[in-house]
Amino acid sequence: MKKQHHIALGLITFLVYVFLIGPLLIIMAASFGEQNALVFPGQGFTLKWYAQVFQMSSFLRAALLSIEIAFAATAIALLLGVPAAYALNRYRFPGKNAVKTLFLSPVLIPCIVLGFIMLRYVVNQWNLSVIPSLLIGHTLLSVPYVMRVVTSSLANFDFAMEEAAGSLGAPKGYAFFHIVLPNIKSGIASACVMAVINSFNNVSLSTFLTAPGVSMLPIEIMGYVEYHFDPTIAALATVMMLVTLGVMLLIEKTLGLQTVV
Amino acid sequence: MKKRALRGGVWLALILPGVLFITVFMLIPLFSILFSTFSADGSFSLDNYGKLIQSVYFQQVFGRSVRLSLLSTVLCAVLGFPCAYYISRYSKRKGLMMALAVFPMFTSPVIRSFSWMVILGRKGIVNQFLVNVGLFSRPQSLLYNEFSMTVGFVQLFLPQMILSLLGIMDSIPEDLTEAAGSLGAPRFVAFLRIVFPLSVSGLVTGAVLVFTGCMTAYTTPQLLGATDTQVLSTMVYQYAMSLRDWVQASAVAMVMIVVTMLISSVFNRLSKKINPMAT
Repeated sequence: MKKQHHIALGLITFLVYVFLIGPLLIIMAASFGEQNALVFPGQGFTLKWYAQVFQMSSFLRAALLSIEIAFAATAIALLLGVPAAYALNRYRFPGKNAVKTLFLSPVLIPCIVLGFIMLRYVVNQWNLSVIPSLLIGHTLLSVPYVMRVVTSSLANFDFAMEEAAGSLGAPKGYAFFHIVLPNIKSGIASACVMAVINSFNNVSLSTFLTAPGVSMLPIEIMGYVEYHFDPTIAALATVMMLVTLGVMLLIEKTLGLQTVV
Repeated sequence: MKKRALRGGVWLALILPGVLFITVFMLIPLFSILFSTFSADGSFSLDNYGKLIQSVYFQQVFGRSVRLSLLSTVLCAVLGFPCAYYISRYSKRKGLMMALAVFPMFTSPVIRSFSWMVILGRKGIVNQFLVNVGLFSRPQSLLYNEFSMTVGFVQLFLPQMILSLLGIMDSIPEDLTEAAGSLGAPRFVAFLRIVFPLSVSGLVTGAVLVFTGCMTAYTTPQLLGATDTQVLSTMVYQYAMSLRDWVQASAVAMVMIVVTMLISSVFNRLSKKINPMAT
């Protein structure tokens, strides 16, 4: 069907998108201003705020920690979630629904509550230090993504293929790694992307888990903007948004954005 | 397959690590805080909840959370619906429009709240504009109040509303509206009688996401609100981190869990029931 025009709807959509994207563009523009205060529209053009961001060791340290935790937590979530998702699709056993619900349940608990129980029990009661606690908390955040996406990829997988490999003499593990895994790898990839992004951007859980010199990037930024109002953060935000854009382009080229969201 | 299942053991080994992990690090702590809220001096009591419910401060905070979440949900629905409809039916660049909705979703909520601090601040463009137009005689603080929090919430969760509406609208066959048109129904009537009723389930799904999101969001109220505009999540944080009052923090946390779970289970069930496209 030929697409028609609808001017009023088009205008509303345009304005809504200005509301969604505009603030982010303003941040990007403000990061190049020469004034010490963050204003838009700014004057002049400078890259000095970018130079400053890369000299602030606290941000760099926090960014590194955020990246490490995001990837490590996602890896652990895969190790816990993929075998479970496989078992749920492959075997018959009692209490399947309960198990699936359990693996999806962390998403039902508000992150702020997860953060609170991490602090209350894992840190204060069980005396784990902050970094392992962050890793545990972020693993909890990632497990539901892995479970949801991998079970739905396995639902489309024909287990007869695995049976065939087995009857041709392939050992169980071999069949899993060479037949099952390659067939669900795009599902696993999109689960990883979502889990890593979600972990990297998380505030509510990480805000409870800080120690001197140890905090996640979003928490470090929040602490900074409560007291400072200069374009350094705008520069940092621009760098982060460019990375996000890069990741989105990569997803679009490989998995297709539609499969991820 | 049946034989394998009977041999057993394998499935248990596969699910056990995850089950243990979630049980130890989430379920046990959750039940522990649940029990801690129901005891005072070692015996069962409802005192903690009684104290909470009777506290005027908590009533205000709870009321504010519900009010702002409802308002933001309505605004997201009102803004998101025409957008999703336009993208689904008229837009020539659907992929791009979706990507532009996903981009803010993937951007840190800290950055998105911070952008409103820049825009709504005393030196921000909104103030400049309002002073230039003559509406304000001098810049007013538009930040750290319920207004800025609502703006932040709507911008934070609108993409989710648009995407869940798009999901359902794209599944409505265009033939339906075309058939209505060829039978003489004006476009608006076709929209009202066909597209809208078929989209309601997507609207409900989106509304649940926005409402529970707002009820539990922490970054936006922390950055765009103030101490006199606390919501449930900032209250949990304050009780836990500043006051070190574990029991009251736990009680507020439980209230959050119960409210969000109740709302999402009731409305998601409703959404499934009213979706005529399902099954």
